[in-house]
Amino acid sequence: MTRVVSLFLPTWSTDRLRRKAGDAAPPAEAPLVLIGREESRRVVLAADAAAHAAGLHVGMPVTKAQVLVPGLIIQDADPAADTEALERLAAWVLQRFAPIVAADPPDGIVIDSTGADHLHGGEPAMLDALIGRLLMSGVAARAAVADSWGAAHALARYVARPTFVAPLGHGASAIAHLPLEAIRLPASMSADLRVLGFERVDDILAQPRAPMILRFGPELGRRLGQALGQSAEPIEPIRPPDLIEVRRAFAEPIGAVETIARYIGKLAIDLCTALKDKGLGARRLDLLCHRVDNRVQAVRVGTAQPVRDSKRLTRLLCDRIETIDPGFGIEVMTLAATIAEPLACRQLISSLVEETAPDISDLVDTLANRVGERAIYRIAPVSSDVPERSVRRIPAMAPDNAATWPNHWPRPARLLARPEPIEIVALLPDHPPVSFTWRGIRRRVKRADGPERVFGEWWRRDAELAAVRDYFRIEDDAGERYWVYRSGDGEDASTGSHRWYLHGVFG
Amino acid sequence: MSTPAGRFTVSELRERIARFEDGSAHARTVLPFGIPDLDARLPSGGLALGAFHEVAGGGNGAIDGAAAALFAAGVAARTKGKVLWCITRPDLFAPALAQAGLAPDRVIYVEAGDDKTVLACMEEGLRHGGLGAAVGEVARLSMTASRRLQLAAEGKSTIGIALRRWRRQTEAADFGQPTAAMTRWRVSVLPSTPLPVPGVGRHRWLVELIRARAGESADFELEACDDTGRLALPADLVHRPAAAEGWRRGASG
Repeated sequence: MTRVVSLFLPTWSTDRLRRKAGDAAPPAEAPLVLIGREESRRVVLAADAAAHAAGLHVGMPVTKAQVLVPGLIIQDADPAADTEALERLAAWVLQRFAPIVAADPPDGIVIDSTGADHLHGGEPAMLDALIGRLLMSGVAARAAVADSWGAAHALARYVARPTFVAPLGHGASAIAHLPLEAIRLPASMSADLRVLGFERVDDILAQPRAPMILRFGPELGRRLGQALGQSAEPIEPIRPPDLIEVRRAFAEPIGAVETIARYIGKLAIDLCTALKDKGLGARRLDLLCHRVDNRVQAVRVGTAQPVRDSKRLTRLLCDRIETIDPGFGIEVMTLAATIAEPLACRQLISSLVEETAPDISDLVDTLANRVGERAIYRIAPVSSDVPERSVRRIPAMAPDNAATWPNHWPRPARLLARPEPIEIVALLPDHPPVSFTWRGIRRRVKRADGPERVFGEWWRRDAELAAVRDYFRIEDDAGERYWVYRSGDGEDASTGSHRWYLHGVFG
Repeated sequence: MSTPAGRFTVSELRERIARFEDGSAHARTVLPFGIPDLDARLPSGGLALGAFHEVAGGGNGAIDGAAAALFAAGVAARTKGKVLWCITRPDLFAPALAQAGLAPDRVIYVEAGDDKTVLACMEEGLRHGGLGAAVGEVARLSMTASRRLQLAAEGKSTIGIALRRWRRQTEAADFGQPTAAMTRWRVSVLPSTPLPVPGVGRHRWLVELIRARAGESADFELEACDDTGRLALPADLVHRPAAAEGWRRGASG
């Protein structure tokens, strides 16, 4: 099933202008419009969020806008530069998110995310990451994912706040309630339809299709079909000019798994030669299989370190071969190193002197392509006494630094994600519990160790200025050992609630 | 005159079987626990490398599997190279693994969504052969899956450990099903080693060897891993032969 992400950049032109100007940019709260000529009139071609809030809209005469908003900042629009910048943004998305990406001018990007979302932790997480990265760099964005380009395009512009995930196989229901304009009709056509009383998409869907097309032309039928996913709308993936790419066309379409695997091997060898000429190694590989029915099947794999070993690349790609649906056959296969980095050469350690540690980066790559890069990690110490803050995730292939946690106090093998409140009998202020009830079972405490006092980290939050936790390691009659803490020092109410929590289980 | 099958004595048959197994069984190295009583129970004197083992928690401990996890960490700590730890729930606390001898540099975590992915990742890790150990936390383990893991581990120096943990006690029945694991262990907590002062002493476990291929089952009362991953015999059992005798008798089952 195809899944398409449509990214909508509502104020792309003004955002781009502000980003380009950097520090010299007008402040965000100042309304900014970009103007151009439409025949003999000077009209607003783009307005930022502040200008929209002040009541300006695209297509308005400039003189009117100036009257409405005193102190309006006016600059000339540059549509060609906007389009070019959009292409560059699409190339950035191509490197980071999915193998098939195209600019969707004037103010959007379309991404075929089929089979790429698991690498980012699912579709909602992928959209959040995409939007988040853009917002951080000062570009307002909304995104929606749906089964077809048309539906995603409509949802991104009319529903996403700021992201929207349409259910798989949504059919017409996802876009039926949207206004007519959502399905990318020419402005004049949607105005004519409105005159006839059609307002929403399902109003047209309820009508017999043929008379509508006879009256309004084939464009209406085409756009409806695209929005419903009935007619194909292939995405022509962008190819940045410096992309390292090899290509193989077949005289006869191929489809068998063994054949695909064999050609992947040949492409990998070609790609490694191309990489070698530039002294690079691949960090991300995209295999695109163009099928005879004009659809593109994509496979993306990533590596933790730059790689120029055709066997390893072949292996990584062949692991995902089952995701390729050859349909009636594949006629062209291309393999591109979407991200390539300089390959650092290293001296081998002499095996006579010391033992070499086995290289497991290929294993890490294989697993990362199966479960996603985020799901494979190492844990590194953070100097914090608060247990849940004392760990952080680092990439699996990060260099070893031999750092570890201080070994003063035993730590539980299992730490509960959220400490669970327990009922407890204890003498205040500094005695361990006598008995406690956790998940409905009452246990008597036989032995205990503690307290280990953990102070709040006042440099993080004001609320932690006085906060204290007293941790105890306790053992019940049966020998089960738990890590419990009391929030607060047992005397002063400002240090904590004096409630007890269970935070971990020792082995 | 051809030799009739009946003429083979038992010892001759054993020799023949040993010759068949020559390739795998004899070439295999082992990881001894360093406790003579325990190692004596295991074929070739230790936990087989290039093999697949199973560890579960006993009683209530199976749900959190804390003791079983530390037992596995202790074994993994004594191997060489990186350790792959496949989990479905991220509740493993890395500082505790460091205290069981498994430095944070050595452990690579794989957060797999379900049992199937855990098993697939473990198999990939075992097949690679460059790891010290591959540990996977799974609830269910079928004969086929365990067989695959065993085959993937064979001939390598990687030790595979399936850490069995389940959400509800009712799921424990699956642990009764046979698997292809070389050894199966059950680790449950016991009251800690008494100290002369108030406080919790060194953690103590009841380590049950439920099944060992070509060996017998046994159970041991041991002190939990220290910071190099080594288990120890409790001091009171070492110094009181009478008590130790009693436990050895009890351990014959």
